[in-house]
Amino acid sequence: MTITAEQSHPYTHGDLHRLMGLMTGDEKHGPAATSTLDVLWVLYDRVLRVGPERMDDPERDRFLLSKGHGPMAYYAVLAAKGFVPVEWLPAFGSYDSPLGHHPDRVLVPGAEIGSGSLGHGLPIAVGTALGLRAQGRTEPRVWVLVGDAELDEGSNHEAIAFAGPAGLDRLHTVVVDNSSATHARPGGIAARFEAAGWSTATVDGRDHDALYAAFTAPHPGRPHAVVAQVEPKSV
Amino acid sequence: MDTMRDRFAPVVSRLLDEDPRVAVVLAEIGVATLAEARLRHPDRVINVGIREQLLVGAGAGLALTGMRPVLHTFASFLVERPFEQVKLDLGHQGAGAVLVSASASFDWPAGGLTHMAPGDVALLDTLDGWTVQVPGHPDEAETLLRHAVAAGDDKVYVRLSVQANADALPVDGERFLTVREGRSGVVVAVGPMLDAVLDATEGLDVTVLYATTVRPFDATALRRATRTAGTDVVLVEPYLAGTSTAAANDALADLPHRVLGLGVARPELRRYGTVEEHLSAHGLDARSLRERIAGFVGRGRAGTRG
Repeated sequence: MTITAEQSHPYTHGDLHRLMGLMTGDEKHGPAATSTLDVLWVLYDRVLRVGPERMDDPERDRFLLSKGHGPMAYYAVLAAKGFVPVEWLPAFGSYDSPLGHHPDRVLVPGAEIGSGSLGHGLPIAVGTALGLRAQGRTEPRVWVLVGDAELDEGSNHEAIAFAGPAGLDRLHTVVVDNSSATHARPGGIAARFEAAGWSTATVDGRDHDALYAAFTAPHPGRPHAVVAQVEPKSV
Repeated sequence: MDTMRDRFAPVVSRLLDEDPRVAVVLAEIGVATLAEARLRHPDRVINVGIREQLLVGAGAGLALTGMRPVLHTFASFLVERPFEQVKLDLGHQGAGAVLVSASASFDWPAGGLTHMAPGDVALLDTLDGWTVQVPGHPDEAETLLRHAVAAGDDKVYVRLSVQANADALPVDGERFLTVREGRSGVVVAVGPMLDAVLDATEGLDVTVLYATTVRPFDATALRRATRTAGTDVVLVEPYLAGTSTAAANDALADLPHRVLGLGVARPELRRYGTVEEHLSAHGLDARSLRERIAGFVGRGRAGTRG
């Protein structure tokens, strides 16, 4: 494996496993480590209006990684998109590295929030959408990524129940569902968002075109939730 | 006399009119008092319902977009219930907010422990960077609320209570005030405890400092007071006894000194009744305070006084 400091061409989805390998020491990654990879790539490559040069732009979209566990895929995407130098990746988790096993917004360029304790991102995303609305900023969209097991935390349900009736149509949640929640019921995730008045879509979390279509589906007057189904964490 | 909480809505309504950064987030408590302000600023007066984790999380999100959020509910539901949100969504994210609580340690004695938060300031003491304002009069509450909202993106806790002193003092949101000067001990009265402390120390040769900004702790004022009054220090706080004992010890670390921390006792009282009855039960009425203060100050230096 070689580290190319100056890559002449833009990174592609095909580079992500190699970038993750800089952190994990292995270019082969199981489903758990990559559950968020395709969702993150489609968002950063095709949906989010963000960039390393726009981090102070109040009109940028906001992406909040709430599920902060296993952030290698996130760091790989941030590196591929130029937020984080690729040279930072190998030191992942070491004392002097800005890249911890949970991301810290104060240390990681491009990270809108620090996460790790589950169930914090969605309430913060609600507040972000409220803040943008209060300032008359109707363009920026707010995205938050949560895990299916993360939804066990009750704080999420405070946010979901509020956001629908509040009509926060700039708010988007993507639930990466790798069947890791205990006491889950089939269809339960989308049903909870729908019951609170959200628009929802459930798609194959590995199918880039299906993800893109779900991410960009119109949802006037309502927040939007996309359930991205991937391989079960443990079979 | 009106209460500190009666001042919250009028003050915050004016701040909403004056400063487009200000947003108020409520969790049902206090919604009616801000109904008019909500008509004028529908996007900046937000009621999230009975959802206190969301109250703090959403406040942090507002702050991350550049707003100055003011979060308000009872102390137990503002600091204790969503404590991890206070720690992470504000502290760890580097976001600021003004937390304004009501109900204090036992403003509603008949409500029982579910609506009492004597440990709120001690709990915030486990975190870094909080300013804690404990007004002792509705006029001071108004001043300190304005200070808190104007304090950039600082994290500020303003603790409102129905307990109050008869007269307001010119508090500056920063320093202790010297109310009385003596030579045999320093008594620091926090917020609503001042009147009882002044009654209790009538005729005693002690300095009385009045603290409404308790964090950061005004170590300079305490050290200055000990130069003439000696280093026997009594803290009288309207929340958990001993909450500021470590801060007083730190202020006097290089001097031999003694500190007595008076406040709300730790064991659960399991009594209803009135605020006055609870003050007596915790030894915070003037008579009990006089006994405890007089029994403590000067004793360590009895042989050296002329």
